[in-house]
Amino acid sequence: MDLKELYQEIILDHGKNPRNLRKTENFNKDAKGHNPLCGDKVHVFLKIDENKNISDISFEGSGCAISMASASIMTDLMKEKKEKEVKELVEDFLQMIKESPEMKTKIISENEKTKLMSLSGVKQYPMRVKCATLAWHTLTSAMNNSQEETNTEKFD
Amino acid sequence: MNINNIKKQFPIFNNKVHNNDLVYLDSANSSQKPQMVVDRIYDFYTKEFSNVGRSVHYLAVAATNLYENTRTMMQKYINAKDPNEIVFTKGATEAINLVANTFGQKFLNEGDEILLTELEHHSNYVPWHYLRKLKGVKINFAEINNDGEITIESIEKSITPKTKMIAITHLSNVTGAILPIKEITSLAHSKNIPILIDGCQGAPHLKLDMQDIDCDFYAISCHKMYGPTGLGVLYAKKKWLDALPPYQGGGGMIREVKKEGISFGDLPNKYEAGTMATAQVIAFGESIKFLNQIGIENIEKHESELTKYGEEVLRKNNSVKLVGNPKNKGSVLSFTLDGIHAHDIATILDEDGVAIRAGHHCCQILHDKLGLSATARASLGVYNTKDDLDKLNESINKCRKIFDR
Repeated sequence: MDLKELYQEIILDHGKNPRNLRKTENFNKDAKGHNPLCGDKVHVFLKIDENKNISDISFEGSGCAISMASASIMTDLMKEKKEKEVKELVEDFLQMIKESPEMKTKIISENEKTKLMSLSGVKQYPMRVKCATLAWHTLTSAMNNSQEETNTEKFD
Repeated sequence: MNINNIKKQFPIFNNKVHNNDLVYLDSANSSQKPQMVVDRIYDFYTKEFSNVGRSVHYLAVAATNLYENTRTMMQKYINAKDPNEIVFTKGATEAINLVANTFGQKFLNEGDEILLTELEHHSNYVPWHYLRKLKGVKINFAEINNDGEITIESIEKSITPKTKMIAITHLSNVTGAILPIKEITSLAHSKNIPILIDGCQGAPHLKLDMQDIDCDFYAISCHKMYGPTGLGVLYAKKKWLDALPPYQGGGGMIREVKKEGISFGDLPNKYEAGTMATAQVIAFGESIKFLNQIGIENIEKHESELTKYGEEVLRKNNSVKLVGNPKNKGSVLSFTLDGIHAHDIATILDEDGVAIRAGHHCCQILHDKLGLSATARASLGVYNTKDDLDKLNESINKCRKIFDR
């Protein structure tokens, strides 16, 4: 494992030019996340339609390349997904970041999985795992309508 | 002891980090430990261990003498008037909590004001914050100037007739600004206000003379002074330690305990409840010896040259922006790189064995003021060399290469 694996081109691309870095108009769910150790902040906005589809997802925030890339890739992926699918994807992603060597879900294409796997470099850097998971935990809070700010110190 | 070969005294530098020599630039966070301090902890536990101040057997008496010996050494090191003005705590954080708690309890009332600065570490803000709810006191912050300094004018402007305590850092752990604490103390006293100095960053780098500075309280973190963790020192003028109530209750700090009531022990026991960090206190005596053998004047000179060199090297590097530009600057070089977050910098530097800190360094108020969410910080200790700063610069260039590809 070396730095090139952590800072792959796709991470740098999304980190420097995050997609969906804006605030969804007429969003109906949102949540804030914060990593108090390093100061990374993210605010996720969701618009969920009557069929429980995510018609738009966006985020605002600031942080390191890993946290911004993770939020960017995540929001790209979640668009047009059903609520249920979002939950499955979040769980599968968090499993992969923590211990699993690959993603098991069948909802997304191999290509999309590869994109997410590019974040797995953080496994070698335990202090940086929280950078990769912040947006995902925050998305869960938004889905659950949690009013409390997500705090990475609450998760392992 | 020759300062040029001082790295040899620190066993940590015998180890490799990611197959590289360790370039340790995180001493403002915590310093490395010289062999003599490490040995002292081992020797105490293997040959001399006993609790102090209680039993009368041989080991207990010897351990008590060693423990009290460090108190006297510390008194001399900072030129306090009386050894009883040295209180051991679990850290500088506890030292400040002790003052905020006991002073607040006894002397503060609703509407009273405490004056801090925008440079303060959370440990010199949060303990005072409790008094907002508990006592209804107000906290004011003296503002920094554009160079990240606190001037005496800024303090003077922020003092009101309600100011009952001034609590300020000696040396900013972010901008490196050294505050004119002697002048500020004299200003505070001219208005009858006591002053606490957070000396976490001052004590490891600067010559200290409590009688000359004349401050009321000075908080010290021993693990930043080449000493063990779990130990701090509160210097307080005897008149305050006599006047303030005890902080924690327990064994060792009492005189008489009856069902109807309790009377408290004399100084310094009054503030040292329970079994103290005995081994750490005794080993900290070796840290003071270590500092005395080199001479704090030599350390100041060495680190001041290094700081200037580091500033020069980083200023020449176009991608680096230094945080703050204080005229009187101590061993801290905080910086940002355009388009690269501090945590990414720290991870990339780490791969080369260069250890720095990234984040807000427990100074969110200051980072908000500067409009920065995080900064990277290289901080110096007695063991650093110009070579370390060159390596820092090389690794910074590597960050650019990785991010700009």
